[in-house]
Amino acid sequence: MSKPIVATTSLAGCFGCHMSILDIDEKILDLIELVEFNKSPIDDIKTFTKKCDIGLIEGGCCNSENIHVLKDFRKNCKILVSVGECAIMGGLPALRNGIPIKECLDEAYINGPSVQHNPKGIIPNDDELPMLLDRVYPCHEIVKIDYYLPGCPPRAELIWNALVALVTGDELKLPYEVVKFD
Amino acid sequence: MSTLVKFKIDGVECMAERGTYIVEAARENGIYIPTLCNIRGVKPRGSCRICTVLVNSRPMSACTTPVTDGMEIINDTPEINDTRKSIIEVLFVEGNHFCPSCEKSGNCELQALAYRFQMMVPRFPYIFPNKTVDASNPKIIKDHNRCILCKRCIRAIKTDDGKNVFAFKKRGMKLEIIIDPELGDNFTDELAQKAVEICPVGAILPREKGYQIPIGKRKYDQVVIGSDIEKK
Repeated sequence: MSKPIVATTSLAGCFGCHMSILDIDEKILDLIELVEFNKSPIDDIKTFTKKCDIGLIEGGCCNSENIHVLKDFRKNCKILVSVGECAIMGGLPALRNGIPIKECLDEAYINGPSVQHNPKGIIPNDDELPMLLDRVYPCHEIVKIDYYLPGCPPRAELIWNALVALVTGDELKLPYEVVKFD
Repeated sequence: MSTLVKFKIDGVECMAERGTYIVEAARENGIYIPTLCNIRGVKPRGSCRICTVLVNSRPMSACTTPVTDGMEIINDTPEINDTRKSIIEVLFVEGNHFCPSCEKSGNCELQALAYRFQMMVPRFPYIFPNKTVDASNPKIIKDHNRCILCKRCIRAIKTDDGKNVFAFKKRGMKLEIIIDPELGDNFTDELAQKAVEICPVGAILPREKGYQIPIGKRKYDQVVIGSDIEKK
């Protein structure tokens, strides 16, 4: 039987959750025995080349490109897992949710103390650039998400346990120490 | 005449002094009933309803109901625990609880209860309400994003002559905690410290301090909330 196929992506996240996947240390050797990777920053495959079994989503949705990628994942993966606080509730990017989008852009490109040179007060706006959304959305408010792994980042052990449980069909082990929100 | 009464919690025979609230009586008998708004030694309020139990098959808040002779209390069932979990989920979506950046994370009772009930994601949509941070007090910072309106600070923080330092302002979704400007400015260090400790979440914070205990050594990093009571 062929190995289950895993795809991963980072939407509005910091790649910390992907770092946490790598944090399984030498078990990464077991991981490549257990599953095959498709579209993922880990193997640098940019587009889906086949249907996948498991999609790991890091980060919430803050722009139109995030929505596009997330919907693409839903279309190509049988099971989607929200990995980390940002995917589950928006996380730190969602701190902007109470602030109007115009104020955010003004602060970033015109008024902010780190703005060096923008005499014409230009705010980037091009068809090539993804549009910012009115607020940051948790992934499960955009598409159906099957499982959730909380943490910032989720402990490597939690991601590993969840992957093994999904692949083998065994019950997921959830020791108290591995389910944390920070 | 003895003032002890006999009652049952989940079928287990228990005994306690007449008039003891169910939560305290259960604690004396080594049974943990989860609480959030309740503080030992302060008049209970029953506002959060996480301590809901079935008393003779009716739902009651265990922190405000005294035990009586022959009472049959149901505490630990999947249905009751799911109700409690749903209350915690409501509190998470109603505020802006960014655990990864919160000073209280690891020592937060709301978070600890979410861990106990294994909340992976709230079942309700996030509201992301517009709330403010009030840093006008010289001793403490109030972050309304994290406040769960449990009224602990209002009930427990009083000056030497018995005046309330905290109070509620506005109503409904706009309800928030305020500090009496005069009493707040004259906060003693002791009282300010007590206010910080009494807050179950990170809504009342000390100034110029934070993240002092490393991850892994905080109160609820390794230990489930309530396990100290259950061990007895």
